Amino acid sequence: MAKMTMVQALNLALRQEMAKDDRVILLGEDVGVDGGVFRVTDGLIEMFGEERVLDTPLAEAGIAGMSIGMAVYGLRPVCEMQFSGFSYQAFHQIENHAARLRWRSQGRLSVPMVLRAPYGGGVRALEHHSESREAYYAHTPGLKMVMPSGPRNARALLVSAIRDPDPVIFFEPKAIYRAYREEVPEEEETLPIGRSRIVREGRDLTIVTYGAMVRPVLAAAEDLHSKDGAEAEVIDLLTVSPLDDTLFTASARQTGRVMVVHEAPRSFGPGAEIIARLVEKSFYYLETPIARVTGYDVVMPLFSREKHYLPHADRVLKAARKLLRDG
Amino acid sequence: MPRTTITIADKIEALSIVDAKGVVDKQLEPSMPDDLLLDLYRAMVLGRRFDERLLALQRQGRIGTFPPTSGQEAAHLGAVAAIKEDDWMVPAFRETAAEIWRGRSLESVIIGLNGYNEAATVDPPGTTLPVSVPVGSQMLHAVGIGWAARYCKEDKVVLTFFGDGATSEGDFHEAMNFAAVFQAPVIFLCQNNQWAISIPRSKQTRSQTIAQKAVAYGMPGIQVDGNDVLAVYSATAEAVERARAGQGPTLVECVTYRLMMHTTADDPRRYRSDEELETWKAKDPIPRFEAYLQAKKLLTKKKIAAIGEAVQAQIQAAVDNAEAQMKTMGDPLDMFAHAYAETPPHLAAQKEELAAELAAGGKEGADG
Repeated sequence: MAKMTMVQALNLALRQEMAKDDRVILLGEDVGVDGGVFRVTDGLIEMFGEERVLDTPLAEAGIAGMSIGMAVYGLRPVCEMQFSGFSYQAFHQIENHAARLRWRSQGRLSVPMVLRAPYGGGVRALEHHSESREAYYAHTPGLKMVMPSGPRNARALLVSAIRDPDPVIFFEPKAIYRAYREEVPEEEETLPIGRSRIVREGRDLTIVTYGAMVRPVLAAAEDLHSKDGAEAEVIDLLTVSPLDDTLFTASARQTGRVMVVHEAPRSFGPGAEIIARLVEKSFYYLETPIARVTGYDVVMPLFSREKHYLPHADRVLKAARKLLRDG
Repeated sequence: MPRTTITIADKIEALSIVDAKGVVDKQLEPSMPDDLLLDLYRAMVLGRRFDERLLALQRQGRIGTFPPTSGQEAAHLGAVAAIKEDDWMVPAFRETAAEIWRGRSLESVIIGLNGYNEAATVDPPGTTLPVSVPVGSQMLHAVGIGWAARYCKEDKVVLTFFGDGATSEGDFHEAMNFAAVFQAPVIFLCQNNQWAISIPRSKQTRSQTIAQKAVAYGMPGIQVDGNDVLAVYSATAEAVERARAGQGPTLVECVTYRLMMHTTADDPRRYRSDEELETWKAKDPIPRFEAYLQAKKLLTKKKIAAIGEAVQAQIQAAVDNAEAQMKTMGDPLDMFAHAYAETPPHLAAQKEELAAELAAGGKEGADG
């Protein structure tokens, strides 16, 4: 196994799927000759040619809308939004058509496309380049919203997303793109979409998180263990929608104390749905109110302030200690 | 640096073959088989009579809101007759007669206008997309389909429809631009019917024609008399030929008129004059095509009457058939169908919730 960054792992997924299935087509801004602004598609135009790696004009709705047509025809387009903050210009295509054509045609047509987009803060970028607005897509019936947290699961989930018969919004945590390397097997690996994972076992409290927040949460859990001797169970959603509530509701019944961590704004964020499921399914087991450590309900601050906006390990640790004290 | 002049196209062709009185320009008359001409005539009459019947049904509360197509039959039928069955059609929502031409049954239309998704399954699968309501958004799908067909080395073209209002949408621009850049085999067919609900064509764009917008994207554009089915057919056929030859997209502007309301929820008397309406009624596509076919000895008064009767009988049978079919449609639980290829657990649970409510038949359940 080779140690890879998330960028390399995503590139591997694309390369292998393109080699395997000539219906897989990449398109987006600067994805060809430039290899993508984050180099996720690096080298693919050389390998597969301009026919399969399309540098498109600069228009997000165009990219998404054209992908929908390709998918309807039977191809497997993987389109890239250069930053998730620009995907709103494609939102009507995603909401009005990608998410609905299967339903509108009563199963005659389908839209097996993947819309990839780097999301999230922590890389000192410009305005619109750091936000985390997965809730828009998770709220849209007909879509799947996938958010990997590390190189290996990013690769496996992207392969699954490409093979999925429905449109998948695939948000890549750009803060993790080159943050660390992980063993990624060369041979094919997939992960089921719509399934969460326990990434750290613990009996004292449950932390539900996903994407770039898994790392600071795990760091906080280690601190909690070494400094306080308490054990946090950490659940990585991997897919935000359809939301797999089986593991976190079961875990909450064991620990009775739950925290949700995401960098998206708090109100109406994924945490609100996670907590609603906990209230519906695990309410009588809860020892304390559920904690939320999230981004604030503000425009994602410019980078001089982003470290105060983004949930970090220390904030998670403090919230965990409060949960353990209460009740 | 000197100030110089760059030469771009400064002319746009306009095409009219049969005038409002039915007189044909022999030089331009396309070579079309008699059967095709008669099929087109019948389809236009069917479109008009069906529209009128739908309006009556709507006023009787037997269907919901619908967008009438009267006056625009030549524009969408002339175009769709120029593509093959296995080519693709990507409609907006005011091309009902063209959908029927492509094999959609009248029953499917009636069932759809009664709010039943089942309409989508009434007809066999084909290469026609369902109607697309958000204005202009469907044109990009045509580009993707056209690109995909070429990638798969399949000899197919895509005909996509939109109105004058759609040309103000960003998606129109993006679709035209993408299609030209990728040389996708797409025919952009604008049914310029002069009105986007209450906004006249003059307030939609300052361009003298819609056709000229093609120039900016680097594709051919042509304006045709959209009430002249032969002109629409000819211009579309030329565009189809170019697309098949790998020469990319074309914009065809059909100048036509919406004789009725935007939808049955609209009252056009609020924004346009009776005089204007009368002017356009004089340019109605059906009588002029009828006159042309009569002059060509393909139609007689007797045959016209026979077609009219046959069409009415077809419509009546479809209404009866659709109303009978609808009696067994509308299972509320079907709203959960086709959300995804496989129903995810949360949707299965919500479906159960509704099933329980339906099973209780309005009685309060034990846990209520």
